[in-house]
Amino acid sequence: MSLLDAQNISVAYRGVRAVEGVSIAVQQGEIASVIGPNGAGKTSLLAALMGLIPSQGRVMFDGHDISHLPTEARVERGLALVPESRDLFATMTVRENLMLGAYRHRGEGAAKRRNGMEEAFDLFPRLRERAEQLAGTLSGGERQMLAMGRALMGRPRLLMLDEPSLGLAPLIVRDIFRTIATLREKGVSVLLVEQNARAALALSTHASVLENGSVTLAGDSAALAADQRVTELYLGAAH
Amino acid sequence: MMDTSTLLALVQDGVVNGAIYALLALALVLVFAVTRTIFIPVGEIVSFAALTYAGLDGKTTPPVLALTMGLGLVAFLRGAVKARGRALMILALETLGLPATVTAIVMAVVPMQLGIVANAAIAILCVAPLAPLLYRIAFAPLAEASVLVLLIASVGAHLALSGLGLLVFGPEGARGDAFSDAVLEMGPIILPGQAIWVLAATLATMIGLWAFFRFTLAGAALRATAINRRGARLVGIATDQAGLHAFWLAGLIAAVSGVLIAPLTTIYYDGGFLIGLKGFVAAIVGGLVSYPLAALAAIAVGILESFAAFQASAFKEVIVFAGIIPVLLWRSLRHVSVEDEE
Ligand SMILES: Nc1ncnc2c1ncn2[C@@H]1O[C@H](COP(=O)(O)OP(=O)(O)OP(=O)(O)O)[C@@H](O)[C@H]1O
Ligand SMILES: [Mg+2]
Repeated sequence: MSLLDAQNISVAYRGVRAVEGVSIAVQQGEIASVIGPNGAGKTSLLAALMGLIPSQGRVMFDGHDISHLPTEARVERGLALVPESRDLFATMTVRENLMLGAYRHRGEGAAKRRNGMEEAFDLFPRLRERAEQLAGTLSGGERQMLAMGRALMGRPRLLMLDEPSLGLAPLIVRDIFRTIATLREKGVSVLLVEQNARAALALSTHASVLENGSVTLAGDSAALAADQRVTELYLGAAH
Repeated sequence: MMDTSTLLALVQDGVVNGAIYALLALALVLVFAVTRTIFIPVGEIVSFAALTYAGLDGKTTPPVLALTMGLGLVAFLRGAVKARGRALMILALETLGLPATVTAIVMAVVPMQLGIVANAAIAILCVAPLAPLLYRIAFAPLAEASVLVLLIASVGAHLALSGLGLLVFGPEGARGDAFSDAVLEMGPIILPGQAIWVLAATLATMIGLWAFFRFTLAGAALRATAINRRGARLVGIATDQAGLHAFWLAGLIAAVSGVLIAPLTTIYYDGGFLIGLKGFVAAIVGGLVSYPLAALAAIAVGILESFAAFQASAFKEVIVFAGIIPVLLWRSLRHVSVEDEE
């Protein structure tokens, strides 16, 4: 059974279709990726999976139909999204942002939540140095780290990342992708959405190509990386 | 020209009234930051708490309880359409169970005549729940609406509530007993007991709020919702729950203000509106986001009002509300606007 099984998801903005009958699945413990150009509907798809916007179709998570649950109830069940817009709490400190990331474990006591914070700091040492700094004063890369750290504080069962490399310097991008690989080793399942097709395909087991709101290709990432259409369109290989 | 003692008396009067405006400004900023609602009925909560406190005579059950239970019933019916299972049970507890429990406790305690502090607590207990009930009825269903739609709902709630206030309390005004008759003399400053109570209660409320926001997870969740609603949802904070908490706090703060002001002036069923409006002026100066600015502005409004009342009492309100215009101009020039997020 797939951890996430989204069937026939459609999203429309005022009648204009942004996502059209998309089905994707993520297996337990794997990294799956969705690649596609600007405006393909990647962000809309994730927002639909998260319950942030109205959508049609069915979202099965861990065998349960969560299609009608509000966002916070999906978070409660272990789904997490690091959005393209990061959505940090800008006027709160790094530490407070992380602490709030563990909101869904609020019944567990502060000591346990603090342990989680140490783990997040180990994963992103930069955040430890900036712990008392306001999130709004961080650099782009640090913000992405904080957004990921905040999501991980909830110990999600599935972490969805919307273009984690967007707008970041190459060195930082490398760091971020390395961290995502570490997460897989820790057993976190990941749904990675990227325009950076090469990195996403290298990192993931399964991948889907989203174009104009529909999945045009899907399968093994390795096979897709070798597929002629993908190499032409997304990997910039000369013909 | 005025002499020093008049000057001091005016400043002192202004600070005491300003402290109450500051509490209301905090309530308004809190509710706006979390739910984007300009909570106009805050004024009715003030009047109802003041009238309830003034009306406690050791015999009659506070008439406002009928209103609290009635709104509870409306809130229940409104919510019961959608809620199921556990959510329905919580809804029933909060909208029916709580007002019924409050009524039972108050009916038991009123005849005991436990004194002024107990009376203050009774008035607060009876009236504060109106705010979260109003949220459930009028504002929670509009959570995704624009600030303008929420404002219209707020005006509607204000009009409805003030009509119900006339029904419940009648047109006569009332004045509550002072908390203490003691007078503190420090050189030229003569502080009556009620003034000390007002200042102390205001300070205690502010410190309490600060500690709540600073040290509790529930407080942090409210702040987070105010800063970034989507970010809050993504960490699992239910924003309607945060809204409910914000309205609870606002209801408590407004009810406290009502009880504090009851001995200072005669309050009528609709008298809270102007008081709330002064809190609103201060909240606006704070951009509806800054608590310290709003609190300082509230003290300034209080002092301006007291001098205006002394120099040209007929124009008191005009002077106070005209005072906001330069501030708004300055703010709009600086582009610190209060706009819809996104
Ligand atoms: N809030 C909105 N209102 C109207 N149209 C929208 C909205 N958000 C997105 N769209 C449209 O929906 C389509 C898909 O957008 P979406 O942001 O999901 O794509 P994306 O693949 O994430 O793009 P990018 O790579 O630029 O992030 C686009 O045509 C976009 O213009
Ligand atoms: Mg996008």
